Amino acid sequence: MSKHTLNVKGQLCPIPVIRTQNQAKKLAPGDTLEVLCTDPGAINDIPAWCRINGHTVVSSETKEDGNLIVITLTIGE
Amino acid sequence: MSKQAKAVALISGGLDSMLAVRAMQDQGVHIEGINFFTGFCVEGHTHAIRKNDQKKQKRNNALWVAEQLGIKLHIIDVIDEYKDVLINPKHGYGANLNPCLDCKTFMVGKAMEWLKENDFDFIITGEVVGQRPMSQRRDTMNIVTRDSGAGELLVRPLCGKNLPATKPEREGWIKRDKMFDFNGRSRKPQMALAEAYGFDEYAQPAGGCCFLTDESYSKKLVDLWQVQGHKDYEFDDVMLLKVGRHIRPRPHFKLIVGREEGENRFMEGYKKRFPYLYCKSHPGPLVLVDGEQLGDADIELAARIAARFGQAKSAAEAVVHYVDTDGTETPLTIAPLNSDDFPQEWYI
Repeated sequence: MSKHTLNVKGQLCPIPVIRTQNQAKKLAPGDTLEVLCTDPGAINDIPAWCRINGHTVVSSETKEDGNLIVITLTIGE
Repeated sequence: MSKQAKAVALISGGLDSMLAVRAMQDQGVHIEGINFFTGFCVEGHTHAIRKNDQKKQKRNNALWVAEQLGIKLHIIDVIDEYKDVLINPKHGYGANLNPCLDCKTFMVGKAMEWLKENDFDFIITGEVVGQRPMSQRRDTMNIVTRDSGAGELLVRPLCGKNLPATKPEREGWIKRDKMFDFNGRSRKPQMALAEAYGFDEYAQPAGGCCFLTDESYSKKLVDLWQVQGHKDYEFDDVMLLKVGRHIRPRPHFKLIVGREEGENRFMEGYKKRFPYLYCKSHPGPLVLVDGEQLGDADIELAARIAARFGQAKSAAEAVVHYVDTDGTETPLTIAPLNSDDFPQEWYI
């Protein structure tokens, strides 16, 4: 199980979701993916994408006065 | 049913595709959704950009619909491939720059590719005969069926009883009598079906999901093509057409004026690509300058326009800074342009 980071800062939804989806395809079950983004829409969209595709959101944090969103997920089976 | 068939459904986030999937789920079909991002989808971007919209709950309707239906959703980036659909539509445009028939054909064709790659059996759409003037007439729906390559693998559950039998019906994977016979522009049958299924919340039905159907947006895209001298675009171009006031005071340059804080912040990301203006003496918007070979008189005019859109509007004098892409900053003391000197025709 390995940890990975995806930087989609400055990208607007659905691009952060698409990039997360494409990165997740390359990872193995149990791997962790940390997604760094700035679009507030990602707070809802990435967890929704995880729920319907069998991945688990470990944490979702807003940092830097709301200018950075960090969503960490674990890849499902 | 002889086997559990697998279908891929085009999910827009609207009501019709939601109902079509639900109808097929009732027939025991395994369904996964597919959603295409062309770059022109209204979904998401504008909400993310505008600060005023940030108070509203943001969600991607296609993802939300998939979750309500309990299906997987695959979002596919088709930005580059879509250029040819928009630039060279075989069947032309609708009221604005919306190439709806070619667009639908393209998307069903892409779904066919996905179907083959993933060993699925057929495709579902939420189309209804007569629902839309360009892409959902009986004759044009036949064109989509033929030109997409989907042929008899394309199932439209909401109006399937009005259409020729498809392979999934003949094979017994689905039953024709459990499909519907919706027809025409009325939304009442869809509303009634939504109620029957217990869907008490859904995105606004019937269109409005594509910037290309918007007259104002289309004018800006036509302007872009005219200035370039050819039909083409980059992703950043189509993004910038969604934000700000677009003003062309001279043929060789235009200004993009942020309308509020969220747009200004979004436009900040383009400061290295475009020269920009900001008012130093008074609060005001960020203004990107899109053009080439601007002379001193052009820059002064641009500064006067920039000042007019901020709190310097009524001031006798304002200080506006012009910043080139290399970071060189030039202060200009100017008189904000008054209304009499600002023709409405400058708005694109």
